[in-house]
Amino acid sequence: MSQAMLTVKQAGPLALIQDLGRFGVGHLGVTQSGAADWISFRWANWLIGNAPDSAALEIVMGGNLSLVANAEVRLALTGADLGATIDGQPLATNTSFLLRSGQTLIFSQPRRGLRAYLAFPGGLNAPTILGSRSCTAREQIGGLRDDGKPLQTGDQLTWQGNSPGERSLPEGTAPAMPEKSCQLSMVLGSQASNFAGRSLYNAFNQPWTVDNRADRMGVRLTGQPLHCTLGGIISEGIPLGAVQIPPDGQPIVLMNDRQTIGGYPRLGALTPMACALLAQCVPGTEVHLSPVSASQAQIAYRKQLSHWH
Amino acid sequence: MKLRLETAAMDAVTVRLFDTIDESNMAWIIAADQTLRDALGEALIDLIPSYTTLLVHYDSQQLTFGQVATLIRSALRHLTPAESQDGQLHEIPVWYDESVGPELPLVAKRAGLSVGSLIERHCDHDYCVFALGFAPGYGFMGLVDEGIATPRLKTPRRKVAAGSVGIADRQTAIYPLLSPGGWNILGRTAVPLFEYAKRGEPLLRPGDKVRFKAIGKAEFEAAGGDTTPMEERP
Repeated sequence: MSQAMLTVKQAGPLALIQDLGRFGVGHLGVTQSGAADWISFRWANWLIGNAPDSAALEIVMGGNLSLVANAEVRLALTGADLGATIDGQPLATNTSFLLRSGQTLIFSQPRRGLRAYLAFPGGLNAPTILGSRSCTAREQIGGLRDDGKPLQTGDQLTWQGNSPGERSLPEGTAPAMPEKSCQLSMVLGSQASNFAGRSLYNAFNQPWTVDNRADRMGVRLTGQPLHCTLGGIISEGIPLGAVQIPPDGQPIVLMNDRQTIGGYPRLGALTPMACALLAQCVPGTEVHLSPVSASQAQIAYRKQLSHWH
Repeated sequence: MKLRLETAAMDAVTVRLFDTIDESNMAWIIAADQTLRDALGEALIDLIPSYTTLLVHYDSQQLTFGQVATLIRSALRHLTPAESQDGQLHEIPVWYDESVGPELPLVAKRAGLSVGSLIERHCDHDYCVFALGFAPGYGFMGLVDEGIATPRLKTPRRKVAAGSVGIADRQTAIYPLLSPGGWNILGRTAVPLFEYAKRGEPLLRPGDKVRFKAIGKAEFEAAGGDTTPMEERP
């Protein structure tokens, strides 16, 4: 019998193999990578009983990505509603489901959210590079052929385990996808004191709009510009979610594929939960920044992680 | 050296040691890097040293912000600079040629030098590796002789070939892999920086020294160098 697999009949614009990310390698200049909406990613693995770091697919937009199964397999789908169907029948998100031999799974277009996560039994097979299977286009690292390329038509996806048991999402735990607007928690950084008072007020009291210049490296927000008295700074390490303010005053939130060091002043950093939410915001979404302390954020983070223990 | 701890994110602290770029910082940065790795142990997720700072990404499941601050302060209280300030010296062979180093004439003209003298000037210094970043294995090096310092291109190239050696202001660097970039490209090396980084063993490390050596096309090719001209011109 041939190996169970899914074949990519048609590649969408961007589907990437991701796990939780590449850690302990920032000093090499290698970025963190990993699932941008790590909360939905973790639920996808949880739904079919996988280890939390099992490699899954991050599907952006959909764009008619079509996957055909050659054997029955149980998969899990979370995150954005990309109008997924199996042989034309609508498929609900936040569930595990059976894809039978010969059936075609298609992701059409975003209806709510931007990134869907598709988990496979035991996790997808892909080379482990520097401790992770995450795929980073900019670094030409990871992916099926370790060239950082997204899924291509004709690619064959195989996985590590057998279909485990089915699980259902506990009530009220499904991550909410942002609709017209959402709130993003941010930990103020020490450089915040270098922003004019008016700018600090504006940062938290005006709606920001998610720009179409948004990808896995960074998401640009547009609104009334912020002014920092620091021009550039000497390049230093950049954490996930860093809100950097380039000279035009329009913030860029640095995401999973960011450069490891950079020289723009920063207002602070979104919390990991806020980063996951921002990763689901389509361009045009209105976002409000709200300040939280590092310890408040850590409490919320621990609460989020406790769902999976 | 004056230690300051700054909140960078929910689970990240910027450890600031200096305010200006200086080669003498590196012995302290290297010492702090090792000390912090030892002190944080399993609670350390990532540690990114740079010119004047170290970014500590810690596991907030194991340590609170207050605990990590205390741990860092006590670990660095009696810090002394690393003994060997020199690190390793790497000689990097470079084929300086306009086909793979399109800004050679421009940088030479700005400096009022012949192309030959510009190459000599670029090779006539042991550059300090200040930081790794931008791309896997990419080392920011300096300081370039003020006479040949040249600002970045107004419009960055979409594609700079792997191995390209460039300068921007008083810094110089090698692009480990094909990437966009705005530095003035003078030549190309066959040294596979990206492959070293991907194995987790970067050739260039902060505090190391780099000396460029001009070689001819034949030697560059023999070392496995790619002679394809830069696809795009500014």
